[in-house]
Amino acid sequence: MMNYFVDERGYYGDFGGAYIPEMLYPNVEELRQEYLKILNEESFQQEFRALLKDYVGRPSPLYLANRLSQKYGANIFLKREDLNHTGAHKINNTIGQILLAERLGKKRIIAETGAGQHGVATATVCALRGLECVVYMGEVDIQRQAPNVARMKMLGAKVVPATSGSKTLKDATNEAMRDWINNPVDTHYIIGSVVGPHPYPDMVATFQSVISEETKKQLLEQTGSDLPAYVLACVGGGSNAMGMFYHFINDESVKLIAVEAAGKGVDSGFSAATTYLGKEGVLHGSRSILMQTLDGQVVEPHSVSAGLDYPGIGPQHAHLFKTGRGQYVSITDDESLQAGLLLTQLEGIIPAIESAHALAYLEKMQFKGGENVVVCLSGRGDKDMETYMKYFNL
Amino acid sequence: MNRLQQLFQHKKKDILSIYYTAGYPALDSTLKIAQALQEAGADFLEIGFPYSDPVADGPVIQASSKQALDQGMTLHLLFEQLKDLRKTVTIPILLMGYVNPVLQFGVANFCKACAEVGVDGCIIPDLPMYEYEELYKDEFEKNGLSNIFLVTPQTSEERIRKIDGLSNAFIYLLSSSATTGKNLDVSTSATTYFSRIKAMELKNPLMIGFGISDRKTFDSANEYASGAIIGSAFVKCLAKGDVQMQVKDFMKEFRP
Repeated sequence: MMNYFVDERGYYGDFGGAYIPEMLYPNVEELRQEYLKILNEESFQQEFRALLKDYVGRPSPLYLANRLSQKYGANIFLKREDLNHTGAHKINNTIGQILLAERLGKKRIIAETGAGQHGVATATVCALRGLECVVYMGEVDIQRQAPNVARMKMLGAKVVPATSGSKTLKDATNEAMRDWINNPVDTHYIIGSVVGPHPYPDMVATFQSVISEETKKQLLEQTGSDLPAYVLACVGGGSNAMGMFYHFINDESVKLIAVEAAGKGVDSGFSAATTYLGKEGVLHGSRSILMQTLDGQVVEPHSVSAGLDYPGIGPQHAHLFKTGRGQYVSITDDESLQAGLLLTQLEGIIPAIESAHALAYLEKMQFKGGENVVVCLSGRGDKDMETYMKYFNL
Repeated sequence: MNRLQQLFQHKKKDILSIYYTAGYPALDSTLKIAQALQEAGADFLEIGFPYSDPVADGPVIQASSKQALDQGMTLHLLFEQLKDLRKTVTIPILLMGYVNPVLQFGVANFCKACAEVGVDGCIIPDLPMYEYEELYKDEFEKNGLSNIFLVTPQTSEERIRKIDGLSNAFIYLLSSSATTGKNLDVSTSATTYFSRIKAMELKNPLMIGFGISDRKTFDSANEYASGAIIGSAFVKCLAKGDVQMQVKDFMKEFRP
């Protein structure tokens, strides 16, 4: 059987690895040597599970969306990551990484953020454990995600604007890496997605895999089978999708659908549809697929959703795409906003625009009738109200 | 033996290397700066090919890279600009940049193009050592290119030994773990680290870089290494105007 998971050298097929300057090598090497050991410690697992339950509020519900199901002629289940503390799946990873950072003796935490969800999730766990927190955020994103900036500040984090390049998630990631280079000893970098040098993609996927672990149990209880026909999730870097896919990857009967942001259209020049527009290369420390010029310069992406506004995908996604195990599709800004409104009106749930991309793809699928479909509702839409208000003249 | 190896064979002290970004300040400055630096007494040069996401660089080199890219700089164009390099420039030349543009150019093509224009080696900070060793070392050596590795205060002794084994020109000693453009703090910890590396008696000579900006920092680097590399401080001065004048002015301090 094809191996879809990381090998002992940190690769997923042709993708992954650690493409980092020497200044980052000791940090990344320390993590590589320690992460599996720490993650497998019983005390770590106990503390991690307890915080997920009592602090994050897990397990998150698997909700059969009745009216949405009627509309599409399939059983649409929503994995409610939006009901987690801080309103998105991001906190599953930050809880795991803060416990890891403590065990590595780190005193200072840095993070990058796009929509601000990962920044808030990081600032939250830093407040919880009393660690210093610095969050890098693109200047453009600071403008369009003001409520999350205020939340981070209230939680005691320092929010530093990234003013280079497109001033979005990619540039915030560059700034966080520069910070880590300049603070190599006492700082842990909590990467928010399944990107970055090995072991980050595997570590973040492992922390997020609680999503599919719970989904399997819940499906079994609710439908009598733990295997749905389809699993859908949106992909920027791809952490909620990897968490949602993780325990289904080796169940080849389950179709994995990853929804990228087409922006204003895949060929419009304003898009973040990485697998469609990208080529193999290296970005942020791993070999993957990224949007780039012929000269290997990274192309600035566009999406209405700050969380999907990233020119690459994690290496495991690149592997799932290249092997055909996952189907990678895209949804435009307009389609996602309409899907967000639809969910709100049919089910009384305002989704994050990121998650609305996954929902929007239901519109394009053909169901025979009665299939079980799981959509990862990765975050709630409160942070996106300004975008929704403008678009729908609310 | 390439020009770089020859240089280190006959010169053991006071070696001065200057880094600058290709296509900056003007798109066609690349060769002119090389000529002017040679004339002003630089021992060898590192020409940076710009990248959109230079994570190891501070604000000065970030800005020069962005401007060069905005002006249309590419790796293809750089090789075009260096086509007649060896008609006027005789000092060793290294190309320095990030791995993704090299991968898109094709590593074999890149090595061949370097050899054709007379480049002597490369510094690609985010190219992993194992990948160089397993996939590209033969290609580099076939084309007479030296691959230069970086060492920081945090690099383990075991890894330094491995780097020494893979190197055939010099080892690039970073004054501290930092992005480019910070000032060298010749503190006790830095000198302890320099002395520690010096005491390892590596087979390759050492060059100290990152944070070297003036005569004082250059001299203190010279106490522990064969010389030093200046990057951001030089790139910063190029913004001030006429390239020939700026080079002369900048180099006066080091080559009076």
